[in-house]
Amino acid sequence: MNWLSDEAIARLRTAGAEPALAGTRYRLIERIASGGMGSVYLAEDATLGRRVAIKILDVPDSSGELAARLQREAHILASLEHPGIVPVHGAGTLADGRVFYAMKFVEGERLDRFSERASTLPGRLRIFQRICDTVAFAHTRGVLHRDLKPENIMTGPFGEVLVMDWGVAKILPAKQISTPAGMPHDQVRNHPGTLAMDSSRTAPKTAHGAVLGTPGYMAPEQARGDVEHLDERADIYSLGAILQFLVVPSARGTQTTPRALIAIARKAMDANPAARYASASELGQDIARYLDGLPVLAYPENVFQRIARWAARYRMAIVLVLTYLVVRALLIFWFRR
Amino acid sequence: MKEDTRIGGPSGKFPATRWSAVVAARSDDPLERSRALGAIVEAYWKPIYKYLRIRWNKSNEDAKDVTQEFLAELIEKDYLSDFDPAKARLRTFLRVCVDHFVANQTKAANRLKRGGDVLHVALDFEGAEAEFVCARSALTVAASAESFDEYLEREFVRNLFTLAVADLRAFCGARGKLHHFQLFERYDLDDSGTSRPSYAELAQEFGIAVTDVTNHLAFARREFRRIALERLREMTCSAAEFRREARALLGVESA
Repeated sequence: MNWLSDEAIARLRTAGAEPALAGTRYRLIERIASGGMGSVYLAEDATLGRRVAIKILDVPDSSGELAARLQREAHILASLEHPGIVPVHGAGTLADGRVFYAMKFVEGERLDRFSERASTLPGRLRIFQRICDTVAFAHTRGVLHRDLKPENIMTGPFGEVLVMDWGVAKILPAKQISTPAGMPHDQVRNHPGTLAMDSSRTAPKTAHGAVLGTPGYMAPEQARGDVEHLDERADIYSLGAILQFLVVPSARGTQTTPRALIAIARKAMDANPAARYASASELGQDIARYLDGLPVLAYPENVFQRIARWAARYRMAIVLVLTYLVVRALLIFWFRR
Repeated sequence: MKEDTRIGGPSGKFPATRWSAVVAARSDDPLERSRALGAIVEAYWKPIYKYLRIRWNKSNEDAKDVTQEFLAELIEKDYLSDFDPAKARLRTFLRVCVDHFVANQTKAANRLKRGGDVLHVALDFEGAEAEFVCARSALTVAASAESFDEYLEREFVRNLFTLAVADLRAFCGARGKLHHFQLFERYDLDDSGTSRPSYAELAQEFGIAVTDVTNHLAFARREFRRIALERLREMTCSAAEFRREARALLGVESA
């Protein structure tokens, strides 16, 4: 075999790229995505007869850094049991040496594509609330995502909202973990899902000065590579950028964005971390207040704006009262004539 | 569920990092340097020869001479010392070197028979010419540096895969697994014009069970991948460059 045709080369490329799933319970179906670290394949779990997504390193990693990162991602996902985080079904090393993990196959759309279609402003805000809930949960378990962006959010056909791609997540030292309302700090530290308690899983650490994340969604301190001092507020900045993506007309092609929402996004994206929301829950609660027609923390209103918001919130009652008064006035006028 | 091996499961499946021929070619150790240059010449002489034929319209004989002269000069004048992987891929660097070399060379210049004592890689020009003629009818190369880069890239991959297939044949032969290679050859390489055989047809043809076909092919493909990537690693200078090149070789760049 001296001459390899272009067709043979294409077949060899495929043969070389495909993961060696022989000997596992998974049967390869197709590659569905490729990222910086590896590819995600759709496969069938022959034992359970269901489809799964398998994330696999594409090429050998002599330093072991990428393999460790993928393994760590699997650990993080396995530890974060939440409806907004994709569950991991298994992990290991294939016969060809590549590290992998299998997870639930999410049939849906990335948020950036999903939001291009219809979806009302309240609908997008409710999705955003779900993202905040998931991120807040991860923070209470001592995990920073560090790469939150619309491309890493999946929306399912039945209302699922999943935060994906935890490959560059950072595990916080125990003292930095945020405490959910009503739970004492030492209780959080000892929670079985709290990763920060297990130092073996914090490796590999990201070197100080290393920049991981996506420009436009990355907090200034993260863009500077100030890895050691990153905390939850870096993710809150990214959430603010996602909110901006979802509601700002220039990005979304929607109607004028309410000032209160712009103020919320700006507060979340403040260059000074101390001026941002203290937690993802707090950010989500401000969105909830907006949806309920209540004043939001980020936007101090003047008296006219307060009246306008109040009128909008009680529009139906006001219409009914006014109608009653007009009818009554007409009746009085009629009978006095 | 034994396939769900623990995270961080069996290690050492990949061979230790092979030395980078590009780095070793700058070594002070003449033996190491010679071996490294041999690896580079083996990987690139055929793409260079074909490139000369198509880009510079060299005749078969001229392309042979220029290829040999260029490779001799590459070694004697230590062109690779100027190579900076941060600035360009090795293929692009070599293409630019070839272009400069041809541009600066008069056809009547000495057709030196140099380098015989330095380099011990047999250059099968007849084979390369046959490949060139075979493929030329299908080639539509636009006259731009980019398309010539693509051409060189394609021929580099073809040569690398060809060498890897030859290595795989030797590897399987040495381990008494020639059947594995023959199955691989029949299923993944055969271009005889008929449609690709099914696993069942292969099982019948080779007189083995279908599960054996699956397993033998998986083995051969796994080894082919390993060998091809090992050869590629020789042509790169760093882990990051290797990952980038490997993803391009396997066609799995980020979407």
